[in-house]
Amino acid sequence: MLIHRMHLDEHYAVLDINSGAVHLVDHMIYDLLSVYDGNNVEETMVAFINKYDEQDLREAFVELKELQEQGLLFSQPFPVPDTFSQEPILKSLCLHVAHDCNLRCGYCFAGTGDFGGHRALMSKEIAEQAIEFAIAGSKNRHNLELDLFGGEPLMNIPVVKHIINYVRKREKEVNKNIKLTLTTNGTLLSDEIIKFFNDNRVMLVLSLDGKPETHNNMRPFPNKVGSYDAAVSGFKKVIESRQEKNYYLRGTYTHYNLNFADDTLSMLDVGKKVSMEPVIGTDEPYALTEEDLPKIMDEYDKLARIYLAKRAKGEAFDFFHFNVALDNGPCVAKRLAGCGAGHEYFAVTPEGDLYPCHQFVGREQYKMGTLDTGIERQDLVQHFRQMHVMNKPMCKECWARFFCSGGCHANADMANGDISKPYEYGCKIQKKRLECAIMLQALLTEDVNEGGEDLRPEIDNFTFQA
Amino acid sequence: MKKRIKTVNKQMLNKTLKTGGCGECPVSCQSACKTSCTVGNQICEKN
Repeated sequence: MLIHRMHLDEHYAVLDINSGAVHLVDHMIYDLLSVYDGNNVEETMVAFINKYDEQDLREAFVELKELQEQGLLFSQPFPVPDTFSQEPILKSLCLHVAHDCNLRCGYCFAGTGDFGGHRALMSKEIAEQAIEFAIAGSKNRHNLELDLFGGEPLMNIPVVKHIINYVRKREKEVNKNIKLTLTTNGTLLSDEIIKFFNDNRVMLVLSLDGKPETHNNMRPFPNKVGSYDAAVSGFKKVIESRQEKNYYLRGTYTHYNLNFADDTLSMLDVGKKVSMEPVIGTDEPYALTEEDLPKIMDEYDKLARIYLAKRAKGEAFDFFHFNVALDNGPCVAKRLAGCGAGHEYFAVTPEGDLYPCHQFVGREQYKMGTLDTGIERQDLVQHFRQMHVMNKPMCKECWARFFCSGGCHANADMANGDISKPYEYGCKIQKKRLECAIMLQALLTEDVNEGGEDLRPEIDNFTFQA
Repeated sequence: MKKRIKTVNKQMLNKTLKTGGCGECPVSCQSACKTSCTVGNQICEKN
């Protein structure tokens, strides 16, 4: 597959997969590209001669051929970059500072915090050892990321503070830029910890599912009382304190709220930077079903229309999954490496055990080593490293391969017991929201190209902005 | 001047085969997803 066509209402676009070029086209070109494969002009003419004027068709092919000659349409596949034959360098470590949580979310992949094991908090010693493991693993690379995750990391505030202080000291000593991110349910945010995070450049992922009833239904305290009020009280304070920057409100939608566009818009009452993800599951009552898909697709179209309308009016609405950089996106090597789980990215448990990522924690066959032993399963490292889109049969033929990088390995393993086969349900949703994203950013970019105001979102790679 | 096609970007991914791979960019799942790999939502750190 060399091109992919997409449309939203009266807008039509085509993506040239291997170059990454995006073209807004009229309906006739969109039609022609359902048959034209870059070579078969006469066959395509025959297919459309009764629908379009012959002269118009000839002119259309002149335009298409010109793009082909420029390498911007039907461009050919390229080889795997050399970086994949080199030894991987660690770029990120997820520290499970608390395998415990003060909420009992219905869909929690962490088993409401304990990841299928016992509830535990990371010690200062393990935390320091983990940080040193990450610093050593990142070798000469300047940027390094550490993510504080749980359960609920704020169940272990003393160690969270210790980690942050330790990191800020060590990054100067080793001359690195260490990016810190913390994911929280918000219920334990105090004025003091908010100030501490702001002073220490900690990016925040704030878990909020939308409207109060949606959030409370899936994210209750152990006594079954919903956590919306407690969470939002903390979120509003933290967002205000950092001038609407350096955070994302991150939600999960389920079978119970297929009208998740409304929930996404409800999040704008709390903050303007939002992300909303499908729940992962197969047989659970909240899991998304095949029958849900048409409604889910409609919701993304609805969100896309609202996004465009709000941008046109200058209203703030940053939807993470619509942020696609058409001109300055990642290189091929990054697009293949994807999340880096298992070769550039690892997760460490409170006990010091290492896994390919936070979602694999508790799946014992994927335990890769410990902080004491280092990575022992080099076979797994190579397996993950080579499991990129050019080596996965299904991904290799998919138009979205250089945007999704083959999807989530943990979800693939969950659905198929095999990371070489993507989680197809997730792929369907991923492709839909990518179509929306590409179309939206193409329309906004075209406005700029024609001299209009630049209404595109700022994509900051989740880097702390002072 | 094309009448029917507006090329909005002229990205040439294959040109990054030799220039890319520095690895200074973030791990994609680390930002706002946590459940899906969305490398498309990033920019190159060199830009």
